[in-house]
Amino acid sequence: MSVREIAGKTVQFDEEGFMVNPDDWSKDIAVELAQEIGIKELNEDHWKVIEFSRADFIEKGEAPTLRRITKAGGVPTKDLYKLFPKGPAKKVALVSGLGKPTGCI
Amino acid sequence: MEENGDRKLCIICSKGSLDMAYPGLVLANAALMEGIDVTMFFTFWGLDIVNKKKMNNLKATPLGNPSMGMPNVVGMLPGVTAMASSMMKKEIEKLDFPPVDEFIEMIHDAGGKLYGCRMAMDMMKLEKEDLCESVDEVIGAMEFMEMSDGAQVLFI
Repeated sequence: MSVREIAGKTVQFDEEGFMVNPDDWSKDIAVELAQEIGIKELNEDHWKVIEFSRADFIEKGEAPTLRRITKAGGVPTKDLYKLFPKGPAKKVALVSGLGKPTGCI
Repeated sequence: MEENGDRKLCIICSKGSLDMAYPGLVLANAALMEGIDVTMFFTFWGLDIVNKKKMNNLKATPLGNPSMGMPNVVGMLPGVTAMASSMMKKEIEKLDFPPVDEFIEMIHDAGGKLYGCRMAMDMMKLEKEDLCESVDEVIGAMEFMEMSDGAQVLFI
């Protein structure tokens, strides 16, 4: 567990770099976290995924699986892997301020 | 966050029953979600998993399967295998796992490479057209050996 300054806020992170409290999230934080994991810029397709994930988390109480982002969020699998290459499940959760994904799909 | 940049996983699928198909698919997809390079090799009954006509009709039978807890004398009755398969499919669906054809497409779209085994295809008189579009190529065992160099290999 660590606490650090990011985009002007003091935020708590777990050992793997995921935000502990989703309410601490802001769009500026998302931009910085994305840069830290090698995504230089967030375009509107990235935001579509992030916004869907956060809204779904609020509605369902858990972060959506990649399959749900594809089916309910309308983002095809191929696009997800292009937007968040090599490990989209973790990357989407990290940038969206949600906890580490635990699902198998 | 640690990157799994160089990690490679090769999964050999040699079985075609419902309960033996899903482990390979779930593991392949999970690996892709973790950023691991995935190759799947379908051989013998594993070809059913990517066979257009069979992939959504895979069965799970209690007959001869001590894990399912049903006496063989019941398991052999007409309709029992179909019922067991249908029940298993429903449970899989409840957990929001896709049916085989969608799962294979997902794995392909996520960057997984899928290959049919030349020898098994010849033996079963199959052509590439019998396999779904997500299968990249039909290759032989030696080619597979080259491809799996340095990878973690799983035989199912």
